[in-house]
Amino acid sequence: MKGATIVGAHELPPQRTTPGVTSLEMIARAGRAAVLDAGLTPKDIDGLMIGPQVGETPQHAPAALSEYLGLQPRFADIVDLGGASGPGMVWRAAAAIAAGMADTVLCVLGNARDTERVPRSPNRNPIREFDVPYGASGANQAYAMVAQAHMAEFGTTAEQLAQVPVKQRQNAMLNPNAVFHGKEITVDDVLSSPVVMSPLHLLEVVMPCGGGAAVVVTSADRATDLRHDPVHLLGAGEMVTHRALSQAPRLTTSPLAPAIDQAYRMANVRAGDLDFLSIYDCYSIVVAETVEDAGFCPKGEAGAWLDEADFSITSQLPINPHGGQLSTGQSDLAGGMGHLVEAVLQLRGDADGRQIDDPELALVTGNGATLSEEVALVLGSSRA
Amino acid sequence: MKDEPQAMTANASGAGTTPAIRRPGLVTTPLSQPFWDLANDGKFAIQNCVDCGHRQHYPRNICINCWSEKLTWMAAGGTGTVWTFTVVEKPGHPAWAPETPYVIALVELDEGPRAMTRIVDCSPAEVAVGMAVTLQPTWDEQLEQTLLNFAPAASE
Ligand SMILES: [Zn+2]
Repeated sequence: MKGATIVGAHELPPQRTTPGVTSLEMIARAGRAAVLDAGLTPKDIDGLMIGPQVGETPQHAPAALSEYLGLQPRFADIVDLGGASGPGMVWRAAAAIAAGMADTVLCVLGNARDTERVPRSPNRNPIREFDVPYGASGANQAYAMVAQAHMAEFGTTAEQLAQVPVKQRQNAMLNPNAVFHGKEITVDDVLSSPVVMSPLHLLEVVMPCGGGAAVVVTSADRATDLRHDPVHLLGAGEMVTHRALSQAPRLTTSPLAPAIDQAYRMANVRAGDLDFLSIYDCYSIVVAETVEDAGFCPKGEAGAWLDEADFSITSQLPINPHGGQLSTGQSDLAGGMGHLVEAVLQLRGDADGRQIDDPELALVTGNGATLSEEVALVLGSSRA
Repeated sequence: MKDEPQAMTANASGAGTTPAIRRPGLVTTPLSQPFWDLANDGKFAIQNCVDCGHRQHYPRNICINCWSEKLTWMAAGGTGTVWTFTVVEKPGHPAWAPETPYVIALVELDEGPRAMTRIVDCSPAEVAVGMAVTLQPTWDEQLEQTLLNFAPAASE
């Protein structure tokens, strides 16, 4: 923690009311002033910490703020500690810098206080204002548009994308906890399922479920005398680029590309070193882009790669041995944690009927919003 | 990410026995109001940064390139290309169901910014990535607002 410094600061003069100003604008004013005070520019900021944005942007607030500010931080978070949030941000920023996750972190809190304008909707963010009037809301349309772009640019086919749910479902035949356990599907099943939003079929879209998932993290020293062999965090990368798909810097390369690259470098591994992948799969297209962004095939060639790939536990590179969320169902945010739990079980040798033979290295990915907020972890069974 | 029902809870009054579910209402801010007013005049207003020349949509109080606060409104020419699109079969809000199938798209304006919009005046099968489109302002009776839709550019 020592070594972190505070190099810029600014407080806006408090006002009883701030008519006509949104909290996004207020945060932009305060953050801008602090960065100018430091003699820095927006290009210098690669970490962002904010408070909760109740009533304006209930979810994905760090991505919404990053987008509003035009930032693409590789570390972004909400600190929700009430009046302790500001100081709470500082040690977290220092920890992130010490961990190599960011160099310069903007810690900003702000709110509008407009007694005249009562919120008319729980969401008052830019998506609500500029997307919803056109009949555009939810995740399906965004991932459909990403898939459409990948098909248009690279000739990826519906049959190729359908390989993802089909091959993951085969894996789920070994996972009795999967909501679709025991229900094999074929490419024809996927392509004959209803089109939700073109080009996405129902069987390429994750099934909402209820559930939960958790992990416990401690130091390697503390881990030596606990019940299980520890699973080691060897590398991590994070990247946040946008919230609304209209603001995405690109569609066919996801922010996972730089996040995975950082995680590889931190862990000192290459794609070819990995023993299996536990990668986020809310839609088939996400797996397709992830295998490209993780370096398993050149950009644009995921379609042919997926045709050939063997996802099973006996292959060279098992993918989502638990079946992925497309097979297990998605318990809201816990669905992404499920990929982490699966990787831990596999690396410990505790994956029961679907255990990969002695895996040592895994890539775990997480994805939020519209391929907006991405995390990559390299986990290992040993500390090396 | 899950398919968040963010519009499902927004102003979805009128459900129940009333046949027509109202579309989610328009939400604007004082800063963005000129955009919507200019839309009612058939113009697609974007912000132009006086300091660095960056052009952006949606409107903000800072330039996302240089964080200058000196932003002016300018009317885009109204031409652009389809960056990507989808044909909506199962919409994110029940009020939009009678309109399916409809095409929503991200259009890249010739000035650079991208925007969510609808592609109208053609069959969904005609829409393609890279297709040239022109602004087609369309009055929306329920929202009491002109929406900035786009249509295929005249082919001559
Ligand atoms: Zn600028």
